[in-house]
Amino acid sequence: MERTFSKIKHIKKLFETKQVSCTELTSEYLDRIEEENKVLNAYIRITGEEALQTAKKVDEKIARGESLMPLEGIPMSLKDNISTNGIETTCGSNILKGYVPIYDATVWNILKNQNAVLLGKTNMDEFAMGSSCETSCFGGALNPHDTRHVAGGSSGGAASSVAGNIAVYGLGSDTGGSVRQPASFCGLVGLKPTYGTVSRYGLIAYASSLDQIGPIASCVEDAACIYDSISVYDSNDATSRGSRSKTSDKLDRSIKGMKIGVAKEFFDGIREDIKKSIEKAIKVYEDLGAEIVYFNMPQIKNVLPVYYIIACAEASSNLGRYDGIRYGYKSELYSDVNDMICKTRSEGFGKEVQRRIMLGTYVLSAGYYDAYYKKAQKLRGSIIRAFKSAFESCDVLLAPTVPTTAFELNFTSKDPIETYLTDICTVSANIAGLPALSIPCGFDDKGLPIGMQLIADSFEDAKILNAAYQYEQQMNGEIYKHCNGGEII
Amino acid sequence: MSWEMVAGLETHVELSTKTKIFCQCTTEFGGEPNTHCCPVCIGLPGTLPKLNKAVVEYAVKAGLATNCKIRKISKMDRKNYVYPDLPKAYQISQYDKPLCEQGFITLSSGKNINITRIHIEEDAGKLVHERGDVYVDYNRGGVPLIEIVSEPDIRSIEEAIEYIEKLRLTMKYIGVSDVKMQEGSLRCDVNISVRKKGDEKFGTRTEIKNMNSLNFISKAMEYEFNRQIDILESGGEIEQETRRYNSDLNITESMRGKEDADDYRYFRDPDLVTISILDEEIQKYKESLPELPGEKLARFIDEMGLSQDDAELLTKYKKVAEYFEKASDNVENKKITANYMLGSIFRRLSTDTEKEECNIPIPPEFLNELVILTEKKKINSSMARNVLEQMLDTGKPAKSFITEKDMEGIDEDALRSICEKAIESNEKAAIQYLDGKEKAIGAIMGYIMRETKGRADAVLAKELVKQIINDKYK
Repeated sequence: MERTFSKIKHIKKLFETKQVSCTELTSEYLDRIEEENKVLNAYIRITGEEALQTAKKVDEKIARGESLMPLEGIPMSLKDNISTNGIETTCGSNILKGYVPIYDATVWNILKNQNAVLLGKTNMDEFAMGSSCETSCFGGALNPHDTRHVAGGSSGGAASSVAGNIAVYGLGSDTGGSVRQPASFCGLVGLKPTYGTVSRYGLIAYASSLDQIGPIASCVEDAACIYDSISVYDSNDATSRGSRSKTSDKLDRSIKGMKIGVAKEFFDGIREDIKKSIEKAIKVYEDLGAEIVYFNMPQIKNVLPVYYIIACAEASSNLGRYDGIRYGYKSELYSDVNDMICKTRSEGFGKEVQRRIMLGTYVLSAGYYDAYYKKAQKLRGSIIRAFKSAFESCDVLLAPTVPTTAFELNFTSKDPIETYLTDICTVSANIAGLPALSIPCGFDDKGLPIGMQLIADSFEDAKILNAAYQYEQQMNGEIYKHCNGGEII
Repeated sequence: MSWEMVAGLETHVELSTKTKIFCQCTTEFGGEPNTHCCPVCIGLPGTLPKLNKAVVEYAVKAGLATNCKIRKISKMDRKNYVYPDLPKAYQISQYDKPLCEQGFITLSSGKNINITRIHIEEDAGKLVHERGDVYVDYNRGGVPLIEIVSEPDIRSIEEAIEYIEKLRLTMKYIGVSDVKMQEGSLRCDVNISVRKKGDEKFGTRTEIKNMNSLNFISKAMEYEFNRQIDILESGGEIEQETRRYNSDLNITESMRGKEDADDYRYFRDPDLVTISILDEEIQKYKESLPELPGEKLARFIDEMGLSQDDAELLTKYKKVAEYFEKASDNVENKKITANYMLGSIFRRLSTDTEKEECNIPIPPEFLNELVILTEKKKINSSMARNVLEQMLDTGKPAKSFITEKDMEGIDEDALRSICEKAIESNEKAAIQYLDGKEKAIGAIMGYIMRETKGRADAVLAKELVKQIINDKYK
């Protein structure tokens, strides 16, 4: 049999051969969650009852001998900024505590129709703002590789749930690296699809022009399978375009002759051991017959300021609606409506969110718009053009995912600006709307995973999945040796 | 030296698309509070807007009907401000690239009021104040609006009112809005300043917000005009500010000054894609436009031979105009139809709404038949009026009130003998007439009409009577 790391395939086989029922599997996951989550804090809400109900339905289907859909019966987790009808959805924020959506996000609707088994909603940085999951009002999610370290952010709960093996896969959202960075920290595969391929309808917005839902999985094949299921055109999202083709059939293709671009700027300020791991990966690609193209991309130095200006500007607008009037938290004591809104927001939002709202309000305000927002939009254009021209000579770009490995707890709260800098390698894909993937490529001396990133042109999601899969197969499980990648439960 | 008014209007028109601008909810007016709502129009976290294509179509039509240029590539922007009736804390609107620009409306004087821009946007909800509490009703939230901004070309209250009425009628004719001011589907903000006649420079302006009655608009403008003159004449300065009209006191009062003017932090809405309209589509919309009120008015005067006043009265309400056209089909002298409509029929349509809805108890075909009968002299005009009243009372056609005999008419010889008989019986009146009392002839005419049960041709009869009296007594 071919070498596979796919948990999804493995589970499907167990179902087919009646070695395990969906209910048994779900119960086992729920039991494990009860144990592990006390430590990992990956989940902020567990939906055991719903999970078992779905599992029962799947078992009935299996008993009737019906074939299962790709993700049917697979236990999974959803980041808590994805709306789930009837299930509290808080974005890791006090301001949304008690908010129960009355509609489903499109991605959840798709998965629900596939009888995906939702185990719970995962922890996240408040409103997806952060790189360590520590801005969550529920406290941070921990890294299963070493619980003195964070799982990363903002989709830290999703990564922790998969790496801790208390979910087969998780859906996160990536605005500036929030799927790829925690995947990198937790030794997993994280995919940020092309902007517009996965519907944002029901994803509680942080920065609308950058946000994209993506899977965090234990291997490339699983990520591709999830991507194929959720990248469907959705008329409820005006920016939705769906995907061009199924990516999972294209994993096996040889990458001989594929041109892999390496821009030097992605390596400025990167930790030495991480640089080394990436260089090793580049060697692997050369062995696979890929051609490495070195080039310069000076626009990379602009990506962080551009990202923080645009993301904060959009966030200041998107988060204006949390005023205590219709749902969520409302301050108890106030004198009039303005005072009520002011107190609700001051008490309900955490520091990081307040910081970004104020930054965004500032860069959009009348006297500063041209100097900041307008300029950032211009630079955004130049970054997009730089990528376009890069993809004229390469198929995919290869870069580190994060300049470091998982932070120690409480590291990020000491210096927010220092933390912003760690997004340097991930944000450009969001600015340009490109697909990007993080895959483990080694470990540091503490045994913490190192991630490498592949970026492709718009709608070339299949290309990076193919390149990543080829690397994964070539490494023959080496990259997952400390992870739970190949095992079930 | 006398003062001159300088005013510009911002007119909000609610479009009558079936569904809201960014979701599938109904735009119907009223309904129990918060029943015409969904996650999208109440701005629940995670929801996204989806632009209703019909809104763009309606707005383009409104632009074409007001002589605007249509922008083929435009976008939607967010206008950020906090108010409890605005659930997303921003209104999706158009900022620097409005859909329509550079149009105009021509007043009856021939003067053009220029239109700067027409853009599309979503309406907000409504605050309901009850027993000291405040509630929010989002039924209106997300109803599509167009905002029509005029240049400061208006120089009098009359011009302002005529401009609004023209705009209103145009929107009504092209069917993009029901423009019911009482339901708020047409509302105006007035920018107004004063200057010495002959001055070129504009004075400092104030803005009077959100009025939905022509009466209030004219009162507010009058008050504000005089207030500004009083301030300037007593050596004061006008403060640039936003004011509201208080209809209880008939004054305008300050809402907020320039200092706390809003910073809307406009930026392109990233949730919506570029709006692009093809030339073919614009052409298609242009062709689908009905005859506009100005064109109809001109045609009623030039081709139908109506007076300016009559034509204006008949084109003022779209359905009335359509009724009139059907009723005057194949009629040679369309003035007759106009007279019937503006007389007996209009007397029964006492309110604006009734005229608006054209609540006439008989179909236009019935009126048409009656007019043609009169024109062919099958019945005389006084009888026709009588018949029309009966038709309007019962909703039945003319023929149910006219006998064969009525239709036969009375030939001249028979009429002459009746006239002779009438004069004999009213000799006193005949002599009075000869003495120069023209009115005395009425008694004789009355006799003739009674005798003929109204069938006599009054004009001919009068002529005959005069002839006979002159022959007989001179």
